[in-house]
Amino acid sequence: MSTDDQTYSAAGEVASVAERRTWWDRTWRDLKKAPLTAWFGMIVISFYFVLAVFAPLIAPYGESQIFDTPYAPWSSEFWFGTDQLGRDVLSRLIYGARNTIGIAVATTALSFLIGGSLGVMAAINRSWLDQALSRFVDVLMAIPSLIFSLMLLSIFGSNVVNLIIIIAVLDATRVFRLARAVSLNVVVMDYVEASRLRGESLGWVMRRDILPNILPPMVAEFGLRFCFVFLTIASLSFLGVGIQPPTADWGSMVRENAQLISFAEYDMKAAMTPLLPAGAIALLTVAVNFVVDWFLHKTSGIRDEK
Amino acid sequence: MKSKSGDRTAGDLLLDMRDIRIEGFSDDVWHPIIKGVDLKLHRGEVMGLIGESGAGKSTLGKAAMGYAQPGCRITDGTIMFDGMDLRAKNDAELRELHGSRIAYVAQSAAASFNPAHRLIDQCVEATVGHGLRPDDEAKADARELFAALQLPDPDNIGDRYPHQVSGGQLQRAMTAMAMSSRPDLIIFDEPTTALDVTTQVEVLAAMRDIVEQFHTAAIYITHDLAVVAQMADVIKVLRYGETVEDAPARKMLAKPEEAYTRSLWAVRSLEKPQETSEDIILRVNGVDASYGSTIKVLEDVTIDIPRGSTVAVVGESGSGKSTTARVITGLLPPMKGDVLFNDEPLPLALKDRTKDQLRRIQMIYQMADTAMNPKHTVRDIIGRPLEFYLGLSGKKLDERISELLKMIELDDSFMERLPSELSGGQKQRICIARALAADPELIICDEVTSALDQIVQEGILKLLLRLQKEFNITYLFITHDIATVKAISDQIVVMFQGRVVEQGMKNDILSPPHPDYTQLLLSSVPEMDPDWLTQLLESRTEAGGMAASGN
Amino acid sequence: MHPIVRTVLQRLGLGLLTLFVVSVIIFSSLQFLPGDFATSVLGQAATPETVAAFRKELGLNEPAITRYVQWIGGVLQGDFGSSFSGRSQGREREVMELIGPRLWNTLFLAGMTAIIAVPLALTLGITAALYRNSFYDRAVNATTLTTISFPEFFVAYILILVLATLWKVFPSLANVRESTELADRIYMTALPALTLTLVIVAHMMRMTRAAIINLLASPYIEMARLKGVSKSSVIIKHALPNAWAPIVNVIAFNLAYLVVGVVVVEVVFVYPGVGQLMVDAVTTRDIPVVQACALIFAATYILLNLFADIVSIVTNPRLLHPR
Repeated sequence: MSTDDQTYSAAGEVASVAERRTWWDRTWRDLKKAPLTAWFGMIVISFYFVLAVFAPLIAPYGESQIFDTPYAPWSSEFWFGTDQLGRDVLSRLIYGARNTIGIAVATTALSFLIGGSLGVMAAINRSWLDQALSRFVDVLMAIPSLIFSLMLLSIFGSNVVNLIIIIAVLDATRVFRLARAVSLNVVVMDYVEASRLRGESLGWVMRRDILPNILPPMVAEFGLRFCFVFLTIASLSFLGVGIQPPTADWGSMVRENAQLISFAEYDMKAAMTPLLPAGAIALLTVAVNFVVDWFLHKTSGIRDEK
Repeated sequence: MKSKSGDRTAGDLLLDMRDIRIEGFSDDVWHPIIKGVDLKLHRGEVMGLIGESGAGKSTLGKAAMGYAQPGCRITDGTIMFDGMDLRAKNDAELRELHGSRIAYVAQSAAASFNPAHRLIDQCVEATVGHGLRPDDEAKADARELFAALQLPDPDNIGDRYPHQVSGGQLQRAMTAMAMSSRPDLIIFDEPTTALDVTTQVEVLAAMRDIVEQFHTAAIYITHDLAVVAQMADVIKVLRYGETVEDAPARKMLAKPEEAYTRSLWAVRSLEKPQETSEDIILRVNGVDASYGSTIKVLEDVTIDIPRGSTVAVVGESGSGKSTTARVITGLLPPMKGDVLFNDEPLPLALKDRTKDQLRRIQMIYQMADTAMNPKHTVRDIIGRPLEFYLGLSGKKLDERISELLKMIELDDSFMERLPSELSGGQKQRICIARALAADPELIICDEVTSALDQIVQEGILKLLLRLQKEFNITYLFITHDIATVKAISDQIVVMFQGRVVEQGMKNDILSPPHPDYTQLLLSSVPEMDPDWLTQLLESRTEAGGMAASGN
Repeated sequence: MHPIVRTVLQRLGLGLLTLFVVSVIIFSSLQFLPGDFATSVLGQAATPETVAAFRKELGLNEPAITRYVQWIGGVLQGDFGSSFSGRSQGREREVMELIGPRLWNTLFLAGMTAIIAVPLALTLGITAALYRNSFYDRAVNATTLTTISFPEFFVAYILILVLATLWKVFPSLANVRESTELADRIYMTALPALTLTLVIVAHMMRMTRAAIINLLASPYIEMARLKGVSKSSVIIKHALPNAWAPIVNVIAFNLAYLVVGVVVVEVVFVYPGVGQLMVDAVTTRDIPVVQACALIFAATYILLNLFADIVSIVTNPRLLHPR
C-alpha cells in the first residue's frame, strides 16, 4: 500500500461512490441495457398511444357508421369485416383503443389521486386517521372487487361516469395500502425527522421529502394497477354491464361477435373477429407488464408479486 | 467416531490460500471484491482478519471454506485445506468437509438459527448428519459444550427454540454448534458485533477458551482491532480486497509497519484537554419519559450542559441515551420535568417551539445515509436551513453555501452532487454543514462516528473540535464508544436503564473509584492490550463478580 | 390460555366482525336505490296501491336497523327473500330456490379447477425457485407473465376456437343440468375448468416462486448449507417447516381469485352457476339476488383468507413455543 493516507483530505476521500451523471445520461444508459421484452413493451405502448390519440384520422370509417351488410366477411373494403349491426370492425377497434384505454387511464389516475394522497397522509399522521382509513380499507378489500363493482353497478346503473368512480374507489384501496407502506419506509428515515425538527410544514415534507422517494415504486404500481383496471373494465363490458353501446369498446366487441367463433370450420377469418379485440386487450397488458417488470428489476432488483 | 486425518499439533500448515480472486455481481457487471490475497493458517492458530466495511473480509472468510456466497464467484487462486484443493472439489465433496472439519459461526445468530427447530437438534445436526457420532452421544457432548460456554442450565437449554433465549446466549450456542464436530478450522464472522459491550466480554472469553481447549484453528473476522487483539495469534489487515499487512498479533499491535495500519489507531491518539464553564446552556431537569405505555424509558434524568463544552452521554442500547435526545429536541414530550435552554423553559412539544428555538438546537445523526434525502443535492440540503431560518436567497445563499462547504473542507464542486455521489465521510461532513447552516448554539451528535471507518472518524472528530473552538458551539455527544469519549469530551454522563448513573468531569469519571455499573461498562470496553481480556477476567474473579470461564 | 389459542380466537373474532360489516354494506346498498325503482320493477301498469304494497314489503317505511335484523335473520336461516324478476307478471320466486342448484355447480367448477391447479402451480413454482435463473425458470416466468396479462375471456375463446370448433374435443357450451351424470359433467366442464386453471396457475406459480426465493434467502438456510447439510435436507428440514405459512397464503389468495374469475368464465361457457346468475341479476337490477350472490362470494373470500391466516398462526414456531 502507498502512504497516500497520511495526506488525507476530505475532498479526495474515495470509496465506492456512484459516478456523477445527468438524468438523460442515466436514462439512456438504462434504455440501452433494457431487455428485448421491455423494448417490445415500449414499442407496443407507443403504437397504442398513437392509435388512441389520432383515432379519427386513422380509422377508415366512423365509430358507429352502419353499413348494409351485417357480418360482412373480411375484404379490401372492410379489412376485418363488419359486426352484427354492419359497423366496420377495424374502425371500431381503432376507436375502441381511444375509449377503452382512455377510460382505464382516467380510472387509474383517479384511484391514485385518492389512494395515493390518503396513503401518504396516513403514513405521516399515524393517528386515528391512519387507524380509521386502514380499517375501512380492510373491510372494502374483504369483498372481491369485481363482485363489489357488479353490485354497485346494479344499484347506481351502468354508465361511464359511474364505472370510473366505482372502479377508481375500489381500486384506491390497493393504492392506499401500497402508498402507505412505501411512505412508512420513508417516514422513518432520519431526513424526515430532520425536516420535522427544522419545523417544516406537513405539505413541505410530503412534497419534498416523501414524494420523490416513493415515486419509483408508485410508477411501477401505476402500470400494474392500470393493467388490473383495464382488465376489470374489459371484463365488465364483456359481461354487458360496463361501457354501454354504441360506444366502441373492446370488451363489448368480444361479446357482440362471440358467436362468429363457431363458424371457424367454414370461415377461419370470421372466427378470428372476436379474438381481435380480445387480443388487443391482451397485447397491451402484456406490453405494460413487460415494461413494469423491467422497471421494477432496474429500480429494486426485487419483483413484488401480487 | 470417525477418525480424522492429521494430528493436532501446532505448526503444520492447515490452510493455504494463494492469489485468491473473487468477483461480485451488481449493476449487471462482475467487479472484483478480492484482488489476489494470500492467506496461510497453521493448526491451532487463530488469525484475526480485520478491515473496514467493504474490505472483503467476510467474502474471504467464506472462501476459506471453498464457498462463494450467492452473487459471488471465485475466479482465480488455489485453496489448499490440509493438502486438499477445495476449488477442485464438487459440491458433495465440499459438503463432506463443511460442518465436520470446517465450521462457520455467523454474525447474526438470531437470524442464522432456524426458528422451527430446537437448539440442540441444530447444534448436532452436522455432526450426526456426517456420521461422526450417533445422535445421543453428540447431544451429550453438546450439553458439555453448553456448560463449557457458560450457558445457563446447560442440560436443558438445548431443548429451547431460538427465540426463547437471548442474543448473547444464541451466539454461544452457535459456537457450540460449530465445535460439535471438533472441526480443524472455525470461521468466526463478526460474532460479537451485534452484542452490547458488557455481553461481548463474556462471549469473547467463552469463545477464546473453547478454541484454546480443543486446539482448533480459527479465522476471526472483525472490524474491531481491540477485539482481535484479545483473540488472535496473528493478524491480517485487509483493505479494498488486498492485503495491507500480515504480522503476529503482539508485533503488529506494538509496531505496525504500514501507514494504513497505523491510521487504524488514529482516534486513540486524539486527546482533548478538559475544559468547563459555569454558564449552563441547557439543563434537562428531572425528566421522566415513556413511549405510550406505563413503562418509563427515562426516570428522573437530570443533565447539565455547560456552554462551549462537549458533554458525552454513554451507555448501552436501552440505557435511554437516545431517548434523552428525543426529549431535548421535543420529539418526545416528557411526562414529568422540563428542559431549560439559556435558563428559559423550552416548550415540551416540538410543534409548540418557535422557529428561533428550533434553529438554536441542531442534530447530527449516526447514519449520514439516511439523514439526507437521497433526491436532494448538496445545495438543497445545506441551502434549506439558510432559506428557512435566515431567509437567504439568490447570490447570498450561494455564497453562504460555498462558505459552509469550505468550513467542512470541501469545495464548490460538491454543490450539485447527490448523497449517493459522496463517500461516507463526505456525507457526514455535509450533515455537519447542514447543522452549522442554522447557526446553532447546541448540536446533538447521535453516534456520529460509529458508522464510519477509523481514519474517517478521526477527520470528523477533528473537524467538530475545530468548529467548536471557532464558533463556541456546545455538543451533546451520544455514544457507546469510550475511545471517542476520551478523545473529545469535557464531561461525561453515564446512563443505565433510563437513569443517570453519574455525571462529572471526564478525568473524574474515567479514574477510579467508580459506581458498579460505570466500572462494568468501562472495564468491558476492549483495549488494545492483548492481555486485557485475561487480566479483566482475573480481576473479576478476584472481585467475585463473575465466575471464571473455561471448565 | 395458550397464545396460539388466543391468537386464533382473536383472528376468528376479527373474521366474524368483517363478515358482519360486509353484510351491513351489502344490505345498505338497497338504500341507494333511486325513488322510481318500484315502478320499474313492477312495470308501468302498476297501480299506486301495488307500489305502496311493494314498498311495504321491502320495508322501506321501517327503520333501517329493524330491516337489517330481519334480513340477516333470514339469511342465517338460508332465506334471502324473494326475487324481483317476474314481479310485473305476478310470478314470484324465492332467491334461495334460484341460487341453490347453481351454487353447487359453481363449487363443482371451482373444486375441479383447484384440484388440477394447486398441485401443478406449486410444483412449477417450487422447481422454478430451486433452479432460479435457469433456462427452465426463465421460460416458465416469461410464459406466466404473458398468461396473467390475458383476460379470462381471451383464454376461453382461444380454447373454444382450438378445442371445440377446429378440433371437436370438448363441447363449447357447458350447460350442465341437475340430472347430468358425473362423467358427462366432468367432460362438459372441461373447457371452463381448463380456462380457469391456465389463469390461476400463472398467478399461483409466480407467487409461490417469489415466496420460496424469499425463504431460501434467509440466513439460516445459508447456515444450513455451510454446515454441509445435503440439498434435499436443506429443503425438507430447514425450508419446509417455515414454508407452510407463505404457501397456504398463496393458495388462499388464488382460490379467492378463482371466485372472481368464475364469473366471467361461467358467462362465456353459459355454465349455470352463481356467477352467471349474478350477472343476469345485475342487468335486470334484481337486487335481492345480487345481494345474495355478493354475500356468498364475499363470505367465501373472507373464509379462505381466514383459513390461511389460521394456518400461518398455527405453524409459527414463535407462537407454538412461547417463551
